[in-house]
Amino acid sequence: MTDLATKPSHPPTRRPGRRSYGTALTHTVLLVGGVVMVMPLLYQLMMSLSSNAEVQSVPPSLWPERLQWHNYADVFSTINFGHQLYISILITVIRVIAQVLLASLSGYAFARMRFRGNGVLLAIVLSVMMIPPQIYLISQYQLIHQLGWLNTVMGIVTPGLATAFGTFLMRQFFLGLPDELEEAARLDGANPFQIFSRIMMPLARNGMFALGIMTTMWSWNELLWPLVITTDDTVRPLSVGIANLQGQYESEYPLMMAASLMAIAPILILFIVFQKRVIAGVARTGIK
Amino acid sequence: MSAPPTARSSRSAPSTDAGQARRRSRRLRGSPLWPALFLAPTLLILGVFHLWPGVQTLWYSFTEWGAFGGTTFTGIANYARMLKDPEIIRSFLNTAVFTLIVMISIPIGTVLASMIERPGMRFRSLYRTLYFIPFVTMPAAVAIVWKIIFNGDFGVANWLLSLIGISGPYWLSTPPFALIAVSIVGMWSAMGFNLILLSAGVREIPRELYEAAEIDGASPLRQFFSVTVPLMTPSLFFVTIITVIQAFQQFDLIFIMLGTNNIALPETQGLVFIFYAQAFINNDKGYAAAIGILALVVIGLLTMLQFRLQKRWVHYD
Repeated sequence: MTDLATKPSHPPTRRPGRRSYGTALTHTVLLVGGVVMVMPLLYQLMMSLSSNAEVQSVPPSLWPERLQWHNYADVFSTINFGHQLYISILITVIRVIAQVLLASLSGYAFARMRFRGNGVLLAIVLSVMMIPPQIYLISQYQLIHQLGWLNTVMGIVTPGLATAFGTFLMRQFFLGLPDELEEAARLDGANPFQIFSRIMMPLARNGMFALGIMTTMWSWNELLWPLVITTDDTVRPLSVGIANLQGQYESEYPLMMAASLMAIAPILILFIVFQKRVIAGVARTGIK
Repeated sequence: MSAPPTARSSRSAPSTDAGQARRRSRRLRGSPLWPALFLAPTLLILGVFHLWPGVQTLWYSFTEWGAFGGTTFTGIANYARMLKDPEIIRSFLNTAVFTLIVMISIPIGTVLASMIERPGMRFRSLYRTLYFIPFVTMPAAVAIVWKIIFNGDFGVANWLLSLIGISGPYWLSTPPFALIAVSIVGMWSAMGFNLILLSAGVREIPRELYEAAEIDGASPLRQFFSVTVPLMTPSLFFVTIITVIQAFQQFDLIFIMLGTNNIALPETQGLVFIFYAQAFINNDKGYAAAIGILALVVIGLLTMLQFRLQKRWVHYD
């Protein structure tokens, strides 16, 4: 968008030499930096296809002599990867659906409904957003324990079904939508839920999408809560499984690399496909 | 935090006193049924699983947990113990060092963002993808690679150092180096997120300002310092706040890269890690709760301090 708007305003006739010199320098800097950023992942890919001896060789071997594709199959036969993957998908899907729905409802109420206590409740929600979640981990743990949900998907998932962040994000999003449509629907006699579901929710698609993607990333990558709430391998998601690999398979480096790459892959693919919308969503939370 | 939205709405739609009065009366008249329905699920979950545990933690911080479950009220004993605990003081310093190193990603990110978002820039989405990848990848999974990179025997970090004649340390088990290694990884993973926010800041800058600067003969470097940086101060402010908060909450990297039995832990672990260890390894939950409250107070004070200081350097249009 900005490209189109600004292209004509930079006539290439002005100081062409300097501009192309600067551009080349910019690209060099960005490319070198970018390679540094992804290098650990490329290195991980390389190690995942190496033999264990190659990973531990000095100097480091830059390319495996024979590509050990079986390392990826070994992940499934050695550790409980398939099951952990299933748990990760399950908790992420549940959280995304709940978050998007509940945050839209509450965000809409805060943005568009006038009721006594709106300001106070919003202040409470914002204060929850500011408390680092690790701090009340013990009490949350006790609560889940009392509910009998330790070592259950229910226990992992429930506290994350709604977040203050999601509510705030959706509130900001609804605040930015025009009033007119809503007013018209109200005059036509639609009730608040109809206005919300038929008119405002479709308009808020982008915000919901951004929240959904962010919830996916957060849920998929989360370590501390599922680590604390589970001891049983059958309900542990990939994040915990990967963290435990290094204790259990201390020196099976290629196996560890293959497993952690596979754990990263789904989010990485999702990110690359929806890159623009993820960035727009994250950026929105920061600026307005 | 609840003030800015109202301030903004009153600014964007300057309304008369009569209009404000009418709006207020409508607010009071509205039926509470619908808002209650819309808000109930969220408020229930936030209240039961977040707010109430928060309040309870405050209570726990004044208690001691017996071996068989009972808790006894001990007043400020946990807090007094904390003040004399060298491990706590140390973890503060560790967190501060970690935070400062991670914050290096902000100036670097500002330069990179202004390059990526330059008008007419080619390959923009390639660069964005490259730089944002660390932000989306699972910390547990990438920390494992970094653990090998920093391996004292066969890690790439030491191999690179050996090329220039330095024999590298056993990074992850030698005190000052373990913290440096973890901080470098922290900086690497913070870069992606900060870049997204900073890029959004760059895109908000009106292009005419650059054109005007160029007509005045300002070099790209001069434009960066005289146009980009001053106009990005609101983004820089936000990024700084978030970076400090997240650095104070660091857990994953230390947990994976060092484990829970590492001899370098006392001089590497941050506040949240020590909280975790006290609560779930030593089972000293009262003391852990006090550490948690302390962390909350410190993060709160730091954030408040930054809001105070913002008047000195943040320019809003």
